[in-house]
Amino acid sequence: MPELLIELFSEEIPARMQGAARDNLKKLVTDGLVEAGLTYASAQAFSTPRRLVLVLDGLSSESPTLREERKGPSVSAPEKALEGFLRSTGLTLDQLEKRADKKGEVWFAVMEKPGRQAPEIIAEVLEKVIRNFPWPKSMRWGAGSLRWVRPLHSILCLLSDEAGSTVVPLTIDGITAGDTTAGHRFMAPASFAVTGFEDYAAKLKAAKVVLDPAERAEMIWHDASQLAFAQGLELVEDKGLLNEVAGLVEFPVALMGAIADDFLHLPPEVLQTSMKEHQKFFSVKNPKTGRIEGFVTVANRETADHGETILKGNLKVLSARLSDARFFWEHDLRLVKSEGLEGMGAGLANVTFHNKLGSQKARIDRIEALAREIAPLVGAQPDLAAEAARVVKSDLRSAMVGEFPELQGLMGSYYAREAGLPDTVANACKGHYAPLGPSDAVPSEPVTVAVALADKIDTLTGFWAIDEKPTGSKDPFALRRAALGVIRLILSNDLRLPLSKKLAYGVLKNCIWIGVQAGKTAVDDVKSFAEKFDADPTALNTMLGPITAEIPDVELRQDGRTNVSEDLISFFHDRLKVFLKDEGIRHDVIDAVLAMPGSDDLTLVVKRAEALSAFLKTEDGGNLIQGFKRANNILTQAEAKDGVEYSYGADVKFAEADEEKTLFAALDAAEAALAPAMAAEDFATAMAEMAKLRAPIDAFFTAVQINAENAIVRRNRLNLLSRIRQICLSVADLTKLEG
Amino acid sequence: MAAPRSFQEIILRLMTYWASKGCAVLQPYDMEVGAGTFHPATTLRSLGNRPWAAAYVQPSRRPTDGRYGENPNRLQHYYQYQVLIKPSPPDLQALYLGSLEAIGIDLNLHDIRFVEDDWESPTLGAWGLGWEVWCDGMEVSQFTYFQQVGGHDCHPVSGELTYGLERLAMYVLGIDHVMDMPFNDPDSPIPLKYGDVFRQTEEEYSRHNFDAATTEMLLRHFEDAEAECEKILSLPPEDPNSGKRIVMAHPAYDQCIKASHLFNLLDARGVISVTERQAYIGRVRALAKKCADAFVQTEAGGFVAEAQA
Repeated sequence: MPELLIELFSEEIPARMQGAARDNLKKLVTDGLVEAGLTYASAQAFSTPRRLVLVLDGLSSESPTLREERKGPSVSAPEKALEGFLRSTGLTLDQLEKRADKKGEVWFAVMEKPGRQAPEIIAEVLEKVIRNFPWPKSMRWGAGSLRWVRPLHSILCLLSDEAGSTVVPLTIDGITAGDTTAGHRFMAPASFAVTGFEDYAAKLKAAKVVLDPAERAEMIWHDASQLAFAQGLELVEDKGLLNEVAGLVEFPVALMGAIADDFLHLPPEVLQTSMKEHQKFFSVKNPKTGRIEGFVTVANRETADHGETILKGNLKVLSARLSDARFFWEHDLRLVKSEGLEGMGAGLANVTFHNKLGSQKARIDRIEALAREIAPLVGAQPDLAAEAARVVKSDLRSAMVGEFPELQGLMGSYYAREAGLPDTVANACKGHYAPLGPSDAVPSEPVTVAVALADKIDTLTGFWAIDEKPTGSKDPFALRRAALGVIRLILSNDLRLPLSKKLAYGVLKNCIWIGVQAGKTAVDDVKSFAEKFDADPTALNTMLGPITAEIPDVELRQDGRTNVSEDLISFFHDRLKVFLKDEGIRHDVIDAVLAMPGSDDLTLVVKRAEALSAFLKTEDGGNLIQGFKRANNILTQAEAKDGVEYSYGADVKFAEADEEKTLFAALDAAEAALAPAMAAEDFATAMAEMAKLRAPIDAFFTAVQINAENAIVRRNRLNLLSRIRQICLSVADLTKLEG
Repeated sequence: MAAPRSFQEIILRLMTYWASKGCAVLQPYDMEVGAGTFHPATTLRSLGNRPWAAAYVQPSRRPTDGRYGENPNRLQHYYQYQVLIKPSPPDLQALYLGSLEAIGIDLNLHDIRFVEDDWESPTLGAWGLGWEVWCDGMEVSQFTYFQQVGGHDCHPVSGELTYGLERLAMYVLGIDHVMDMPFNDPDSPIPLKYGDVFRQTEEEYSRHNFDAATTEMLLRHFEDAEAECEKILSLPPEDPNSGKRIVMAHPAYDQCIKASHLFNLLDARGVISVTERQAYIGRVRALAKKCADAFVQTEAGGFVAEAQA
């Protein structure tokens, strides 16, 4: 079976695009070949900065001949029918066959689609793939019209088997496929011909090109670790950087250097970020001190002086870069010592957060008020939470964060310590952005948690108040992430937070701000607002009425809530569903729980949902739900028919069958046991108690007919069903469950 | 090749090299610009279908980068070396590497890398794909295949090379502070360093750009340049004096360049807020686009008059 080798040789492909390009080349070419009727045994794709390579093993040498028979009209059918058949098959009358059929003679068309040779198919597929390749960004060059990620120089397309190899004839935009490629740009630039993949890989190796990116990454990691180890140091792991650097070189050579003493006092994160962002250096740590003391750079070549010149040049650039970093660090320290951390952030009053939501300073004021509100609920001191909130964004004005935005928060924590602020405040600076991703660690220190929640809730309520919600795939302000952050903060800290109220508060704070900007009124005294918000919704209305009236889509209710905050809570519920689904909880289980009161207390919701989910997985649980549904259906129908609600007065004295009496007893027992368990929010126990109803309910339905002749007995039984319903619904809205 | 000894020798070698590769060696444009790209030999000549090959030094001004001559690497006035070839030749990377050899960089000892860096000029309505070229981890050039300029697709595509001359020369000459770099040969009867030529002007312009320039006047001149550019372009192509068809793309473009530099000065004076900034950039871009529209209506821009009856 032949082997197919394709190499697309171009100018330097951006490192970040190479991974997807390998996958796409493999998928698009193999899909195209298979669709055209070829088969293959295995496929592998490789890349270097200058080439994309695909090799297919065990490719069939031609596509099979396809034979199709179609039955046409009867020989005696009208002319029109025959004409139509000829048109649809593309044949002429003399090419048709007459065959006997049950109803007499019938026309048959026998069509053969001959198989095609592999080269013809490959050429067709490859041209299509190249012309439509899904690069994130592509370009034209010279006077041509072909698009590629960077100018494409040559195409190697070779079919080979035991008998030898042949070039697949193909020309795209003036580039004719051949059997040649070139080696390393500097170390072995000559071009050479190859006879197949094995020959290609061997010759590339000799020409100083390591074809496999995984192998290059391994070489880099191995050599760099060894260099560090030899000096008693260790390499700091960075997978993303490793993959990127492996995509920047065809022949990796690791070189290690030391960071000059003048820079060793800089925070390790600063050294690491500067070296990585600007120069793609790996950091080297001293395991004894934990300090970053060296770096590894990866060159693309060997040199006669063993990299000495290269290392010297890199050191020079590093020293210029770190001088900048040191300048920023010293500048920031001076500033924070003279002005304090809050002073460092003074300029935030002139920085716009969002043109409808005001400056960063206005935002910080809102976060501060909210953090103070939330603090008692998360076990933090309100004053400390407020103090932290006032300074957590200050480092956005530091020179260091101006240069390296990814160090926001972290720099704040350094500067907070320099300013002599308590550790809790410093930690809040660093931790209040978290959690950022689904796998990011969740803060647990109360002050950090209070500020982190206040920050995210302010962002969410602000954008909701100005009606900038995420739509479809568009979420420019990362509001989904913020909501998930709130959910994870609440759940992993087991917080009991009446979220609706906090959201209403946040929305109104934002409304006040918007209103004040529009010159409506001057309710901006945070404390008085907070007091009124808690104590007296009517006074709140008086205070806020004129403001909210000016803001479209916000309607203030008597209880201080708004339609906007209710919409936002349902956004939280949607996020929660996504989150719990990943934890293996069915969406209908969540719906059943969300329908219960207290659904804005996410910790309660999750406790309940977990208990219900576990309950449903037990045999008793599943059956009890069926029993409940049966009871509920019968009852609902009867209530609809009779026009009354059977909700009270089932009396054991009208019970006739033993099973009926047993059920009465079981319901009494369940009610007695459920109440304290529910009060203690011990849902597992509550559901275990409920599970005990399963046998009596099943037995009851087997033995007893609800619609008895005797109207009193019937009514009593319906009222009994109502007790089942009541007890079951006290745990969750089981009517929402599917199946 | 022997190592160069001065800043000017590096410039002379680049000139000689690119002349030997067939480029027309042009002189700097006689206006204040922020980068070599603004020279009409690049901006306008990258438009239309006429082949073009030019190389030149362009003094470039970035008022916000002024550091009173004290920063070893930052200047408000510096030199760019610019090469533009249309259509981009298939061996442009090799030609570029040859230019590094010409200025004394031994490709067998150094690590040259092409690292993704896409270029975009919001003021010119232009973008392209390419790389920043690294020599031992230092960015020494920008290498771009123009895709669009002034809102027009480039057909054919120009290849553009931009060398930051001071930085490159400091690297080649092994100098740590730009002001210490020999400008002419250090063995000349009167050896001059970069600082002898530019330290004082860096101070003067830093003070002027940051504190002294009259903002009201700058604002007024910006409006004037904008109005003048539009007026020039609004005139009909037929020149009443000569009776010829003369589209005044270049004079209009001069006004666009002026507006751009005035915007940079206003920015350095700190009188442009974040939101206004976008609006100003948009106004300059609108001018650049109109100039590009006009240039493609000229002969150099590939305009072909309808066959005369």
